[in-house]
Amino acid sequence: MVEVWYALVAFAIAAYVVLDGYDLGAGMLHLFVAKTDDERRAVLGAIGPYWDGNEVWLLAIAGALFVAFPAVLAAAFSGMYLAMFMVLWALAFRGISIELRGQSKNELWRAFWDFVFAVASVVLVLLLGVALGNVLRGFPLDPKGMVVMPLFADFTPSPPTGLLDWYTVGIAAFAMVALARHAALFVAWKSSGDLQTRCATTARRAMPVVLALWLAAWATSLSVAHLRFRPLAIVFTLAAAGALGASFVLARRARWRAAFVASSAFLASVVFGVASATFPTVLRSIDDKSSLDATAAASSPHALAIGSLWYGFGILAVVVAFARQFRQVERDRP
Amino acid sequence: MDGALLWHRLQFAFTALFHYIFPQLTMGLAPVIVWLRLRREERLADFLTRVFAINFAFGVVTGFPMEFQFGTNWAGLARYAGDVIGQTLAMEGIFAFFLESIFLGVLLWSKPTPRQKLGASIALWVGSWLSAYFILATHAFTEHPRGYVHAGDKLALVDLSEVLFNRWALTEVAHTLVAALVTASFVLAAMGAFYTLSKRHAPEARRLLGLGTALGLATSLAVAFPTGDQQAKLVARHQEPALAAMEGRFESGAMAGITLIGQPNVPEQRLDNPIRVPGALSFLAYGTFHGDVRGLNAFPRDEWPQNIELLYYAFHLMAGIGTLMIGLMALAMLQRFRKRLEATRPLLWTLMLAFPLPYIANAAGWLTAELGRQPWVIYGVLRTRDAASTNVHSGDVLFTLIGFCGLYLMLGLFFVFLIGREIMRGPGEAAHG
Repeated sequence: MVEVWYALVAFAIAAYVVLDGYDLGAGMLHLFVAKTDDERRAVLGAIGPYWDGNEVWLLAIAGALFVAFPAVLAAAFSGMYLAMFMVLWALAFRGISIELRGQSKNELWRAFWDFVFAVASVVLVLLLGVALGNVLRGFPLDPKGMVVMPLFADFTPSPPTGLLDWYTVGIAAFAMVALARHAALFVAWKSSGDLQTRCATTARRAMPVVLALWLAAWATSLSVAHLRFRPLAIVFTLAAAGALGASFVLARRARWRAAFVASSAFLASVVFGVASATFPTVLRSIDDKSSLDATAAASSPHALAIGSLWYGFGILAVVVAFARQFRQVERDRP
Repeated sequence: MDGALLWHRLQFAFTALFHYIFPQLTMGLAPVIVWLRLRREERLADFLTRVFAINFAFGVVTGFPMEFQFGTNWAGLARYAGDVIGQTLAMEGIFAFFLESIFLGVLLWSKPTPRQKLGASIALWVGSWLSAYFILATHAFTEHPRGYVHAGDKLALVDLSEVLFNRWALTEVAHTLVAALVTASFVLAAMGAFYTLSKRHAPEARRLLGLGTALGLATSLAVAFPTGDQQAKLVARHQEPALAAMEGRFESGAMAGITLIGQPNVPEQRLDNPIRVPGALSFLAYGTFHGDVRGLNAFPRDEWPQNIELLYYAFHLMAGIGTLMIGLMALAMLQRFRKRLEATRPLLWTLMLAFPLPYIANAAGWLTAELGRQPWVIYGVLRTRDAASTNVHSGDVLFTLIGFCGLYLMLGLFFVFLIGREIMRGPGEAAHG
């Protein structure tokens, strides 16, 4: 049961990265790839029907942790207190910038909200990337299993530990570039003309950086995050490499939809690969002595069993409903 | 970090009360929209869907912090009770949030046929009410814990159905949803009165007034009796110190009266300048005038709610406004039967300006519930002081509280701007470019 929930949490994270990834990435890119008001509207129109639903996956992650590993939720969320609120506020600013931009035709008004949208998206990707980096590197856990740490200490992943160090910032940088490329493929698929050309250029230029940062993240994580070479981890990593290569080839042939799907497979495989390489640790302590493994952190067997029933069913229903919405919205697009 | 507890509580109270401005209207409007679509009144239904959508967006933006604060600010509660409340909180995210955002996407971004619009509106109704159900089931567990056992240093879930079908949850769901319908009716009536007074959208104005007053009278009555009455009986049975504090009652005894007016004087342990209806409290709480309603003095001090004055005033504000709302809607219905409603300008003005009343009553009701159960965060099981995150500095919490004040001031201004424009445009004129 514990393994099932570990997989469900990993699935929710993968879904969030793939889905909110492209609309966060679109927010980071749109100032650069969309120059005119029509182009900016095209970017917002592409993500418009979905971003709200995509964001709910963040709640699905928190929900899965709450059901299955409440100790992890408590330690990680309270331990990264200020960063979590920056995430919440950036989410709010992103939401209102999308809502308010179209409310006036005034050029300055629109430029202002475009800027807010871009900054909020960048901040979100950085913070979530740093948060992920912290989970992988581990927290300074006190005897009660709680976390107190500053924003940064000596900027190395060894104690004294801060939220920011070269490792966590590096993970955030990888997240930023990978999601920028992911979003460029998505917008390229959904657009035409200059906008599409600029997205194609962005995706092409981002490719070597994605590859380099991914390899660097892997290499450093081996020691920092104590990754374990499990068969499953190797399979997912090979799959990620294959998907990244496929997405590169498909993008060169201008098959944008397929390239975007391949990029989604890459991101999901990276998440699953890391999840299999860190199992069963769910709350790593920085010295690895008081780390919590999945069994120790898990809720009662009954809670896990009954929760997996409805959570699994719910996720399935969400996927079906999302597919229907996608079909209907895409069919009715002008 | 003792000083932090107050900021934790204030931040949760502030973000919750601000958040609740939005869902109470979406929950109340959702069935009205379905009703209008069933009757093929698409113009009005589309207009109300736009009002719904703005409220929904703000509800989501302010709802995220609510879920996150269980981890950030109330880590003690999350660790201790996550086994139980994690279930219902996550159910809300999975079933309700997804359902709503997906179908709202369909309504706003595709060109649905009337049949599809009806389907999506029903889904939004189900989604918003399910959302309420799961949140209130979570809340009911903290007020009246059921379906759990103690397992070492935390709680373990034993029976999910006891959590979901907790007597307290069912009563609270009924009371809260009826109260949301009251909010929707007052908003409908206010819009109807506004269009009537400004001589615009005549057919819709009449319909809005009609819907608002009829639904308004029925629900204002139902929010007091039976749902409010049932809720109070539960408090009387299971949270005696809360009832005593709500009524400012220090001494015990039969023939307990209901206080209409009075000021609780906690240092002197008495109620100043009271006007009471003798015996009414005994009767309402226990069905007999001889029911012994115990006063605060019958309980140890560490089981008293900490802020008796605020609790007392919040409860009386809710009950007082509730009475006022019944009176106003009864008067409006009377004029409607005499076919004079649209000609009675003072009444129209009153209806137009009365829409904040249910919002205030709802907020006061939540204050009553949350202050009454203190000092417990899970009644009789976990004290509030043990629920907060011990590793978060009080300065950090004060910082985020001030941040929320600023952010929500701005959000509130934008909300007024957006909703004001939608109402100024009115039904019929398609918006959104």
